[in-house]
Amino acid sequence: MKFNLASFGAGLLFGFGLLVSGMANPEKVLGFLDIAGQWDPSLAFVMGGAILVGLFAFTIARKRTVSLLGFDMRLPATDRLDKRLVIGSVMFGAGWGLAGFCPGPGLVALGAGETGALVFIAAMIAGMGLFEMIEKNRVAH
Amino acid sequence: MIEIAWENFTPWSALAGGIIIGLSAAAFVLLNGRIAGISGIVGGLLAPRKRDVLWRVAFLAGMIAAPLIWMMTADLPAIEINASYPVLVISGLLVGIGTRYGSGCTSGHGVCGLSRLSLRSLTATLTFMTAGFITVYAVRHLITGA
Repeated sequence: MKFNLASFGAGLLFGFGLLVSGMANPEKVLGFLDIAGQWDPSLAFVMGGAILVGLFAFTIARKRTVSLLGFDMRLPATDRLDKRLVIGSVMFGAGWGLAGFCPGPGLVALGAGETGALVFIAAMIAGMGLFEMIEKNRVAH
Repeated sequence: MIEIAWENFTPWSALAGGIIIGLSAAAFVLLNGRIAGISGIVGGLLAPRKRDVLWRVAFLAGMIAAPLIWMMTADLPAIEINASYPVLVISGLLVGIGTRYGSGCTSGHGVCGLSRLSLRSLTATLTFMTAGFITVYAVRHLITGA
């Protein structure tokens, strides 16, 4: 229960952050990605602000084995670089640049009632489902 | 030569929003011990495991509720979607498959991973940013010639 409540609260805060920052606006995101046009560097400040806070939090988190609420710390163990990481990130970046949506802003725009966001999120979930199918096949063979 | 669109430049709201996002990721890892990676949270619902579903739904419900709660007290900031539906479908598919193969997106790699000083996340972030820059360049300056 505590875990789910904290999850809801974190999601809510994340959504507010995306709205305040301008990241929830695909046109703003595309303005940031368009360095050859009229470039809007604002979103670099979003990343900067988030990492500024994150650095402190993760420094503390890394030293702990249980969270403040007593749950297991589950930080990624691997730091291996592989083809999957790079190919996946290229695909993600291409998709991001096409419409200006990444997963979080897509969900927030969906909550705002944007039909385009519904189309994006539905396709994104379909893509993730496709990944699960491919993975299951790969393991089975 | 880089031309800055000063009329669109909003460093303070961007910084403030970034700090709020950072606080969310901080609260999530310190309270629950997890990474606030949106693609991973959604993706985990497609291969559901026991006792691993409800918190994901709760997190996503929070994100979707954010604009609804915002609207009760103030006007929502602009959300301009200019991509056509077919482009949104292709974009969504690429983002869905890509983030799962790459184990993360702007939040998991870009915010949390860089905050953890992870080389893997730095690689992912530089890769998807570069792919994003190239895609926008291709769409806006090579194909449409704008």
